[in-house]
Amino acid sequence: MAPFPLPLSTLLGHWGAYVVFGLIGFSFGFVLEMAGFGNSKKLAAQFYFKDMTVLKVMFGAIIVAMVLIFGASAIGLLDYNLLWVNPTYLWPGIVGGLIMGAGFIIGGFCPGTSLVGAATLKLDAIFFALGVIFGIFLFGETVSNFSLFWNSSYLGRLTIPDLFGLPTGVVVLGLVLMALFMFWGAEQLERKFGDQDPTKAPKWRYAAASAVFLGAIALVVIGQPTTEDRWNSIAEEKQALLDERTVQIHPGELLDIIHDNSLKVVMLDVRDEVDFNLFHILDARHVSLETLPEMIDDLHFEPENAVFVLMSNDEAAATEGWKTLVAESVPNVYILEGGVNNWIATYGDDDLTKNFNAGAGDDQLCYIFDSAIGDRYAAAEPDPHAQELEYTPKVKLEIKRAATSGGCG
Amino acid sequence: MTTYTPSETEAPAAEGKTKVEKVAKAYINPYLAAILLGIVLFTAFFLTGSGLGASGGLNRILVFFEDLIVPGHIDRTPYLLAMAGGSKNPLDSWIVFLTLGTIIGGFTSGWIHNRVKVETNRGPRVPVKLRWVMAFIGGALMGFGARYARGCTSGQALSGGAVLSAGSWAFMFAVFAGAYALAYALRKFWN
Repeated sequence: MAPFPLPLSTLLGHWGAYVVFGLIGFSFGFVLEMAGFGNSKKLAAQFYFKDMTVLKVMFGAIIVAMVLIFGASAIGLLDYNLLWVNPTYLWPGIVGGLIMGAGFIIGGFCPGTSLVGAATLKLDAIFFALGVIFGIFLFGETVSNFSLFWNSSYLGRLTIPDLFGLPTGVVVLGLVLMALFMFWGAEQLERKFGDQDPTKAPKWRYAAASAVFLGAIALVVIGQPTTEDRWNSIAEEKQALLDERTVQIHPGELLDIIHDNSLKVVMLDVRDEVDFNLFHILDARHVSLETLPEMIDDLHFEPENAVFVLMSNDEAAATEGWKTLVAESVPNVYILEGGVNNWIATYGDDDLTKNFNAGAGDDQLCYIFDSAIGDRYAAAEPDPHAQELEYTPKVKLEIKRAATSGGCG
Repeated sequence: MTTYTPSETEAPAAEGKTKVEKVAKAYINPYLAAILLGIVLFTAFFLTGSGLGASGGLNRILVFFEDLIVPGHIDRTPYLLAMAGGSKNPLDSWIVFLTLGTIIGGFTSGWIHNRVKVETNRGPRVPVKLRWVMAFIGGALMGFGARYARGCTSGQALSGGAVLSAGSWAFMFAVFAGAYALAYALRKFWN
């Protein structure tokens, strides 16, 4: 499994992790100041085409970071699934962005740059930062009046490759080309409006642009790891868990964790719809193996105490699903031991178990149902106190590695 | 390099005799800054899984003080509750430490490059006090907008942009559009 990002608080402890964040913040502030972002006149000049530093630094940093991030992901060093990708709330984002654009040209900073300006004692930056705090306060007090719109057009962890159905490398290459074109345009504008001579700009910028461009080409060629690649890289370690049966949980344990208020159990039933309609455990979600990969992002958004339990009639299909989720770094994934057949054998009443079909094939439902009433059988919702079952507890919550909030959480 | 960059003149050699104010050094080349910032952003994602940010830290610092003054109010406002409800300390979050680091880093660079100086940067025709009022109003819009968009230029545009969030790219173009739309009306303010 890709070793990065690091589980910082596990490695360094609560405060040790904060030291790392402090150091990252330090470098961030240092670079912003060196770029001239503590100076509101330099920032505002962007919008009069005189000095396009804001655009160059912003898009330049994005393309450099992007090529490095997806490069590290392509060679299996960094797990993209565990990165915080800002969820898309399309229209609130656009409205907020327009308000911020107005604030930018009126006030001359954005929140990050005003901190740097304030740190270097620019009085306008200090007034701006106080304004930011007031604006945040105002938002907190008024958000309940427009929370409907604020929570609208939610599209989840929507990425540009998802949106256009293009490979990640192609999208990165496209954005790199767009940024390089914008830099060229910016230099033309600076010459026209800012009396700057692009021929005096350092020549190494062509080498840097070529390096980023070639990096993006490499991303197109190498591609991002597929679920299969990801499974192959961890197969040795994880197959052992399957073979030693450390992830197949007894029906008794499943029933107990369903009734454990400190856990959120997400049951994923990967059988076909006919079987699901005949009988399923109460609250199990029907999902086919084909659509399972599309759910990965949602599963990563589940809280830290979420436990995922896959089930099929026996274990074959559930095991396939388990491999997919584990390969995609979903934490706390288990399989119902013996599947739904075993569940019915354990909790079904005589009416249910008498119609045993000994001829059922592998991973087939081996009970015959009179009616498809799904979870309205008593066995779909057994009383956890009715019988004491002996089992070895296997569910252990692992600490969630995926980032749970972004820079503005 | 630019009209606004302080000139990179050598400080007078006659040190010690007359107290000469140190001359601020020039800002670095924007493309170099872009590469450095890109590396910082990558490092943040690579080590921690999260990008950069600023407004979230300010938010929590604000909520910390609100919680001291009117604790009951926090517990009745759902939006604030998530940060400081009950016994939760709003400062106990990585983003607060990132924000403090940003301030210290900005100061350190400014200090090394002789740019720590009490001053108000403004357009040539704008009185200082008007600049302050406008800075506050602009800041308030920024703060409000940043919470509205669930992220500021750093946490949403820069960080989300680098990991290809579709919403972050839409947001980024909205910020530039908003600023350019008003830029002409404010041209006398800045030039």
